[in-house]
Order: sequence, then C-alpha cells, then structure tokens
Amino acid sequence: MKALLVRDLRLAIRAGGGFGLGLAFFLIVTVLVPFGVGPQSALLSTIAPGILWLGALLACLLSLDRILALDWEDGTLDLLACAPLPMEAAVSVKALAHWLTTGLPLVIAAPLFALLLNLPSAGYAPLVLSLLLGTPALSVIGTFGAALTVGIKRGGLLLSLLVLPLYVPTLIYGAEAARRGAAGLDTSTPLIMLAGITFGVIALLPFASAAVLRVNIR
Amino acid sequence: MSLWEYANPVKFMALSGRILPWAAWLSGICLVVGLIWGFFFTPDDFRQGSTVKIIYLHVPSALMAINIWMMMLVTSLVWIIRRHHVSALAAKAAAPIGVAMTLIALITGAIWGQPMWGTWWAWDPRLTSFLILFLFYLGYIALWAAIEDNDTAADLTSILCLVGSVFAVLSRYAVNFWNQGLHQGASLSLDKEKNVADVFYFPLLVCIAGFVLLFIALVLLRTRTEIRARRASALLARERMA
Amino acid sequence: MQLAVDTLSVARGGIAVLEGLSFRVEAGKALILRGPNGIGKTTLLRSIAGLQPPLNGTIDAPEDSIAYAAHSDGIKHVLTVRENLEFWAEVFGTGDITSALHAFALEPLASRPAGALSAGQKRRLGLARLLVSARPIWVLDEPTVSLDVDAVAMFADAIGSHLSSGGIALIATHIDLGLDADILDVAPFKARAPLARDDAMEGFL
Repeated sequence: MKALLVRDLRLAIRAGGGFGLGLAFFLIVTVLVPFGVGPQSALLSTIAPGILWLGALLACLLSLDRILALDWEDGTLDLLACAPLPMEAAVSVKALAHWLTTGLPLVIAAPLFALLLNLPSAGYAPLVLSLLLGTPALSVIGTFGAALTVGIKRGGLLLSLLVLPLYVPTLIYGAEAARRGAAGLDTSTPLIMLAGITFGVIALLPFASAAVLRVNIR
Repeated sequence: MSLWEYANPVKFMALSGRILPWAAWLSGICLVVGLIWGFFFTPDDFRQGSTVKIIYLHVPSALMAINIWMMMLVTSLVWIIRRHHVSALAAKAAAPIGVAMTLIALITGAIWGQPMWGTWWAWDPRLTSFLILFLFYLGYIALWAAIEDNDTAADLTSILCLVGSVFAVLSRYAVNFWNQGLHQGASLSLDKEKNVADVFYFPLLVCIAGFVLLFIALVLLRTRTEIRARRASALLARERMA
Repeated sequence: MQLAVDTLSVARGGIAVLEGLSFRVEAGKALILRGPNGIGKTTLLRSIAGLQPPLNGTIDAPEDSIAYAAHSDGIKHVLTVRENLEFWAEVFGTGDITSALHAFALEPLASRPAGALSAGQKRRLGLARLLVSARPIWVLDEPTVSLDVDAVAMFADAIGSHLSSGGIALIATHIDLGLDADILDVAPFKARAPLARDDAMEGFL
C-alpha cells in the first residue's frame, strides 16, 4: 500500500503529473469572481466562503479523471487486480494520494486566496477547518466517480455529471460552516455533519469503488 | 410458482403483454376522469383561487418522481443480488419516465409558484431536492448510454443507483438544514387530520391512480422494447458467428 | 502445484468465444496456446488470470499464484526503470530487483526514465516484472511482440529457468521460443452458440 502511495505521489509531482494544476485553477476562479460580481469589498466578503468552497470543489473535480484513467490506459489496473493488494485498499490509497496532491494544497492555499476576497478575519479558522474536514470526502467520492467512468473514452464530462450531485451534501455543510464562521456564528453543527459525511464515505465508499472497478476490468 | 419466474423473459413478455392494454386503458380513463373532475368540477380555493387546480398534475408527478427512483433502487438490488436481466432492463426503462415526471413536477411547481409566491423558482428545500433528484436521473441515464457492454452497464448503473440513493437522502437532510423553505407540508397523508378537503382529495386520488397506471403501462412497454432490442442484438451476434 | 482448466467457457462482451476447453499444466511445464486472431486467446488468458469470471467450467490454481503480462505493461513513463520495478517488487512483497534487471539486461538502463526506452526495451521491462512478482504461474499474452532476436533469447532463457525451478508458463504466442512445451490449438474450441451470460436470457432466444 505504501508503495502505491509513494508511486502515485511521485507520478503527480514529476513532469506532466498535473500537480499544481488544481491549485492554479483555484487561483483563477478566485481571481475571476470579483470581475464577475464587482469589486465591492462588502459583497465579496459575504460571498467569499461560498466562492472559496466552490473553487476548491471545482479544482478537485478537474483532476478526478487522473486518479484512475492513466492507470487504466497503461494496464496498471489489470496488474494491480492480480496483485496481492485488495482492490478496496488500492482505491483508498489512490483517493488518499489524490487528496494529498490536490485537496491538501487547496486547504493550505485557501487562507491566502481568502485575502483576495476580503474574508472577515473570524472566517479563516472555520474555512480551513471545514476544507480540511471536507476535501477528503471530495477525493473519495471523486474516486468512485472515476471508477465508474474509467472504461469510457472521453468520460470526463460524464464523470462531472455523476459526481456533482454526490458532492451536494459535502458542499452544503462545508460552505455552511465557512459561512457561519465568517459571520461569527457557531459552526459546530455543520462541522460535525461534515465530519460525519467524510468519515462515512471513507469507511464505505471504497467498497463501491472497488466493486465498480472490478466490473470495469472484467 | 414463485415471483422470480417472471424474471424469465418469456414469462415476462407473456404476462406483460396481457397487463399492458389494461394498464394503458385504465390509466387513460383515470386521467381523463380525474383531470376533468379536478379542473372543472371542484370549487376554487378561497385563498389560491383556480391556481390550486394544478395540484392534479403537480402532486401525482412529484409522487411518481420519487417512487420511480425507489422502484429503480429495488430493481437494481434485484439485479445485483439475483442477476435477472429483466430487472436491470426495467430499471433502465423506468429512468426516462422518472426524469419526465421530475420535470413535470418542477415545471408545474414553477407555474404554481409564480402566482402564489411571486417567483418561478426559489431555493426551497423541496424544490432543491427535486432539482438534485433530476440531476441523479440525468447521471443515471447518461451512464447507461455511455457504456456499450450490457452487463457492465447494468452493474455500474445499479451500483450508482444504490450509492446515489444514499446521497439523495443525505442531500435531502442537508438541504433542509441549509434552508427552511416556503413550500407547504405534505397535502396527503393517511394519519394526518389536516388533509386537503375531500372535495379536492377524491379527484386527486383518481389522478394519482392514473399516473401510477400510466407509469406501469409505460415501464412495461419500455421494458418489452428493451428485451426485444436485446434479443435482436443477440440474434445478430448469432448470425455473425454462424 | 499445477494449473488445471476443466470444460472452461469464456465470453467477451457477453458473447461466448471459446467453450469446453480443458487442459492441465504440471509444475515445470509450459503450454503454448495457438489460434487465429480474434479467436479469444486474450479473453481466455484474462479469465485464467482471474480478471474476468468464466462463463462455465473451473480454473484450478493455488491462490495468489498467477502473474499476468499482456500488451500493456503498466509502465510509468516518468519513473525510471528501477523505480518501475521496485514498485512492483514492493507490491508483491519481494523486494530484490537485481536479478530481474540482470535477466533482461536492463542494468545499463536502470536509471533512465521508462519513457525514453524503445518499444522492445519497454517490453523487456514488462517481462522483468514477472520475475519480481515471484509468482509460480506465468500467464503471458503475446510476450514477444516488438522483441528483437537477442531479447527473445533472453526471454526464452528466463522462461527456461522459471520452469526448471518448478514454475509454470501459459503462453499465447506465434513464434517458436525453442522451449520444450506442449502446444494447444484453441481453434477447435470456438464457441458455436453466442450464449448469453445467464440462462434466463438464453431461454428467450
């Protein structure tokens, strides 16, 4: 399992691995929003938590098809299916690698980008905390979507269509926590719900992803 | 004689062929009677005026939109556990009907909402949930369409239906948490005292029966078509091999 | 140890391609599969490797004993040859890759990115993966594609020493590897009826 994680991280960081693309996309979304809604700081600071959450979600979505598609094309998945590693473990590790290379950088960069959107100072800690709790769910759910569409040529758009409705609960609770935090309200309920979703999908969804992947390999 | 025998395509074709015309005719009668009764022979609501009469389309279609997803969930489970092809094909056949029902519920809701709430659309929990359900239907149908191999498609869409159902329930709670809405509570229930008045209630029941029968007729027809299409492609494959 | 296949039928895309296939390979033996393109050799090998369920019949081999190699080698272009092999060595829990590098003369290439290799060199890397897997049964689908004469000889040597240490090899190939192996022509097992994957649908046809 460690070998797979190390290899995935290595692949992401080396040339052509797409590391940093998600981050750049996140930055662009954040920069474009003021052009779209106008430069008034008051307005920006109201919508900042939602925009940052949405930007992180879209940046995550952008990189989902890399989780499995490359390994599918070059036959690695076939070989992994014969290896002594359970498919459930393999998809979990892949989701973890995706989170480490996409989700975690977004969490770290979010406070910087929040400056651009004039996020109220009370909102920083809840924003980072909600992203930290929520982005793993995005990676795990995304891995399920990637497993569903892995055998489909140019399945990227379909992947987004399938995954977006599944992202709704995570986005609602995550953005709600960030929003309440920015407004100085209590954030514990949405954060607890968010953590519940994240731990729930980490525990259960790999079984569905592995089942789907085995069907696709067949 | 067990229920599972109807998972055999031959038996299913024979039985569904007998049920289909009955369901179709009964549904036509119920819809005509229910809608005419509802539209022309019920009084206007004292607050909502004649706009209330859209419930004869709105409520049954909304009810069907959810129940069709439930039916797909059950047939998907049957496919996963017992691997009856007819079950998978019935789920495939039901999805477009479900998406149409969801769309009817959303559109009639918007038409009703405009005079009542002064807006075509509000991010009310029920409306939002239906929109999310609509997206789930779209994804499900798109996945069926994208995969060539029939059994692979059946397996993947079944698992998507299962996972999607869990997330649909989660979304429902999340949306409720996110916004307490404008929408009135359920108008129909068996145990509640405060139901809609009988004068609206009976034509509504007839309309609901009509929609249920319409769904049965359509899903049987579409499943029969899917089975025939499957048979045609199998015969073609046999010809190629011979 | 042995690999035994009994009245096996396999399907591709829901349509049976081969049926009623039975054979048995003892430890230290190789079996070479022959047959025209499209007959279902790849499907058969994938079924034996456990990647897809057979329609009918049984495949009997010890658990976790099969290493499969096909047209795609799972080679990552941005990793070096050594990193590629070390990854599989760790996945299979074997660790040592020097003998595998040596068997396919990959030492001089070890620190090169795999993307810079020629097609034949990549193929050698893919076959070296079999050695690091340390699995006793090799299931190989056209392993000699794009190999030159020297590389084919290396490959034949690797198979030879694998067999002499009690291994088993099942190979779909059209070239003569100079091995002392039985040959099975799968053409007579071509499926006659395109039977669907379950009986319910079959009853309808």
